[in-house]
Amino acid sequence: MSATALPLSLAANPSPAKWVRFDPDRTVHLSVGKVEIGQGILTALRQIAAEELDVALSAVRILSGDTDLAPDEASTTSSLSIEVGGTAVRLVTAEVRVRVLARLAQRLNCAPDDIAVIDGAFYRGGQPTGQDYWSVAPEVDLARAADGATAPKPVAAYRVVGQSAPRLDLPAKLAGAAFIQDMVRPDLLHARILRQPSRGARLAALDEAAIRRAAGGALRVLRHGNFVALLSENETVAQRAAMAAPGHASWENVRQLTPAQQAAAWLVGQPSDDRVIGDPLPPAAGPVVEATYTRPYIAHASIGPSCALAELRDGHLSVWSHTQGVYPLRNALARVLDRKAETISVHHVQGAGCYGHNGADDAALDAAVIATLVPDHCIRVQWRREDEFGFEPLGSAMSVTMRAVVDAAGRPADWTAEIWSGSHVQRPAMGGNLLAHEALPTPAPDPRPTDPTEAAGGGGTRNAIPHYAIPGKRILHHLVPGAPVRTSALRGLGAVANVFALESFMDELAARAGADPVAYRLGLLGNSPRAARVIARVAEMAGWNARGKGGDGRGLGIGFAQYKNRSAYAAVAAEVEVDQEVRLRRVWCAADAGLVVNPDGLRNQLEGGILQAASFTLKEQVTFNATGVGSIDWESYPILRFSEVPEEMTCELVDAPEERALGVGECTLGPTAAAIGNAVAHALGMRIRDMPFTRDRIAAVLLQG
Amino acid sequence: MSTDLTVNGRAARVTAEPTTPLLDVLRNELDLKGARYGCGLEQCGACMVLVDGEPVFSCAREVGTVAGHAVTTVEALDGHPLRQAFLDEQAGQCGYCLTGILMSAKALLDRAPRPGRDEIVAALDKHLCRCGTQYRIIRAVERAAARLADGAGR
Repeated sequence: MSATALPLSLAANPSPAKWVRFDPDRTVHLSVGKVEIGQGILTALRQIAAEELDVALSAVRILSGDTDLAPDEASTTSSLSIEVGGTAVRLVTAEVRVRVLARLAQRLNCAPDDIAVIDGAFYRGGQPTGQDYWSVAPEVDLARAADGATAPKPVAAYRVVGQSAPRLDLPAKLAGAAFIQDMVRPDLLHARILRQPSRGARLAALDEAAIRRAAGGALRVLRHGNFVALLSENETVAQRAAMAAPGHASWENVRQLTPAQQAAAWLVGQPSDDRVIGDPLPPAAGPVVEATYTRPYIAHASIGPSCALAELRDGHLSVWSHTQGVYPLRNALARVLDRKAETISVHHVQGAGCYGHNGADDAALDAAVIATLVPDHCIRVQWRREDEFGFEPLGSAMSVTMRAVVDAAGRPADWTAEIWSGSHVQRPAMGGNLLAHEALPTPAPDPRPTDPTEAAGGGGTRNAIPHYAIPGKRILHHLVPGAPVRTSALRGLGAVANVFALESFMDELAARAGADPVAYRLGLLGNSPRAARVIARVAEMAGWNARGKGGDGRGLGIGFAQYKNRSAYAAVAAEVEVDQEVRLRRVWCAADAGLVVNPDGLRNQLEGGILQAASFTLKEQVTFNATGVGSIDWESYPILRFSEVPEEMTCELVDAPEERALGVGECTLGPTAAAIGNAVAHALGMRIRDMPFTRDRIAAVLLQG
Repeated sequence: MSTDLTVNGRAARVTAEPTTPLLDVLRNELDLKGARYGCGLEQCGACMVLVDGEPVFSCAREVGTVAGHAVTTVEALDGHPLRQAFLDEQAGQCGYCLTGILMSAKALLDRAPRPGRDEIVAALDKHLCRCGTQYRIIRAVERAAARLADGAGR
C-alpha cells in the first residue's frame, strides 16, 4: 500500500505513538479520534487492536476524542468510523507489532517470523522468551511515521474480530453516573440559556426582577448582546429561572413562520442553487412515469438534552462536550471567541444518542461563552427539553420527484430524481454557525448553506441515483438556501427520503409492468450480486412467495439500498396491518457489511436503524408556530413507543469476510421507510407518498379510493 | 427546613426546599446520578424511580411529597438479575433511557414475577427509547423474569 492510500485518519496522524502506548500495568493504551455515540465503536476499535497485537481484549484501554491526548480524526459521522477509523487502528497496531517484533528478533538474533505472540507475551519455538510488548516497546521508536506498508493479519487468522464482544460502556450506563450530564467539578455553576428566538432577533426588554422571583434563589443574570445566561449554584433555581424567562423577555425583529412552511411542498419553487448530477438529459422516448414523495422536517430528538461544561483557568479554556468532533469544535470555538486554538482543550464525554448534528456543539459554545465571562468557575450548561426541540438543527424536509422513461418490457430506460431540499450538513466545519454566535455582540455572518459533495456521499442527493442497471440516471438537485429553519445532518441525510421515494417508485413501476416487486428488482441487478443476494435473502426470510394479492388490510413490502451507493447493502421487508393506523407486525433485514468486527454490535445497529426509521415513517414531523418550532415536547413530537415496536424482528448478516468492513449505522433507514411504504400500499391497494403515515393521511387516501 | 425520607433503604435528611423536584435532590444533593433528566414533563421516563415500590417520574415530583416514604433508585439494583439480563441481551445503544426503564421493570417483576410480553410492553410504554433498542429491552426483561422464576435469586 502506498502512502497516498492511507486512510484519512492515519494520513493525518501517521505517528503510531499518537495512537498506541504500552502502560506499566500491562495494558495497551489506544487513543482514537472517533467517539462513542451509542453505536459501540469503542468496543469494535478495541477488538481490532487486540486482534492485530495478539493481546487480550481486556488489556486494551481506550481514550477517545480529546484535543490534548488523541489523534485528530475529524468528526464521527457518515457511518465511517469502522471504515476509516477502524482501518487506521488496524494498520497502526499491525505496524506497532512489526516494529516491536523486529527489535526483539534483533536482540535474540532470530527472524521476526520465529516469534509468536500470545496474550502480549513473546514465544520462540514454543518457549517463553521472558519478553513481552511492555519490556521491548521502550526500545522501539513508535514516533516514526507509519507508511501503511505493513500487512495486517489475514482474515483467516482472526480470533477476536468477527466474534461478538459485549459493549464496554454498558455496565456503567445501567448502574448510574455515565454521561456528561453526570459530571461534577469544583466551583460548579449551573447555567440555562434564554435563547434568541431566531437569528437577528433583538432583546428589547428583560424583566430580571420577575425572573429572580420565579427562580426563588440566588441567581445571576448574564447579558452579552442578545445572549442571556441564567446562573446559579443551585440547579433547581437555574431551571426555574429558565422556565420563567421567555415570558419576561420581549424581542424585536423575530422571524415569522407559517404552518405552510413546515411542509416539504413549500420548498418546491423557492430560490435554489441548482445542479445536475449524472448522465446528460435523455432524448424523450417512451412513456414517462412520474411520482412525487415527501418527508417533513424531522428532529434528532435525543432523549438526553444537550449539555456541556467549560471553565477558563489561567487563560486556558477547557470544554467538555458530547460533540461528534472535538477538533472541529475547538476550531469553531476559537473562531467565535477569537482565541488561539492552542488555548482551548475539548474533551469528549459521552452523551445520549445524537443521530447526527444536534445541540451538542451549540451547548458547548454556550458554556464556553459564559466561562470566558465568568472565569474560575466550571460552567455547566444543560439544555431543557424545550431548548433541544426548539433550537437543535433539524433534518431537512424534502420533496423528491421520480421520473422514469419506461421501455417496452416495462423496465426503466431512463431515470431522473428531482430533489428540493434544505442543506443536510451545516456543521461549523462546513460553514454553519454555532447557535449562540448569532446572539453575541458581534454576530456571525449569514451562513451559506452548502451540501456534502457527491465524493463525500452527497447530502440531499444521497442515494437518489438508483443502484439498479438503468441506461440513463441523473439527479436534478435544488438546494434551497432559504429553508425556514436551521437544518443539518440527521442520520442518513437525504438517503431516508430518497430511498423511500426510489424504492416506492420501483414498486409502482413493477406494478405497472405487472411484475412481482422482488423479481422486478432482481431483474435489474444482474451486475450486482451482493445487492441481489440481500434482496433474495430477505424475501426468503419474510416468506415473500406466500405474499397475497394485498388490499385486505395486511401488507408485505420490501426496500433496498446500498448506503451511499458504495457502503453497506441492506434489504428490509416489513409486514403491516392497516386500519385507521399502521401497525408494524414483523420486520426482517438482510445486510452485507463486508468484514464484520462485532456481529452482535452490528445487529444492534441494524435493529436500531430499523426502529428509528419506523418512527420517522409512521409518526414524526416537526411543526411550526408563528415564531419557530412548535413541537417542543414528546406529546407534540411523538416517537415510536414500546407498544408500537414489531413483535418480531430478525436481522441477518450475509457473510462476506473477504470484503472490506463497512459501517452500518445508517444503512437500514431508507430501506425500512420504503419497506413500510410498500407494505402499506400492498395492504391498502393505494399508496401514501408522504411521510409520516398518520391517521389523517390514511383516511385521506382511503377517501380517494 | 429539611425533609426526611428513605433512599435505597437508608434514612436521608435533605435540606432542599420541599418544592424541589425529587430528581434534583437525588442527583445534586444525594449524588445519585442514575435517575436522569430527559424532559422535566413526565413524558419520557428517563427520571423514573420507585416510591414505595411504584414507578414515579422524579422530574416533576416535589421532594416534600415523598417525606416519610421509601425511594428506590437504580443504584440499589446492584446484583439484581435485571442488570445482568440487560448485559446478556446487550440491551442498550446510547443507554440514556435504560436506568429509568430498569426501575419500571423492577416494579413489574416485583408485582408479576412471570409477566407476559404484553404486560412488559404495558409496563414500559411510558418510557421512550430513541435508539430503537425496545426489542432487546423486552427480551432482557423476559430473561430476568425467567431467571427470577428459576430461583437464581437476586
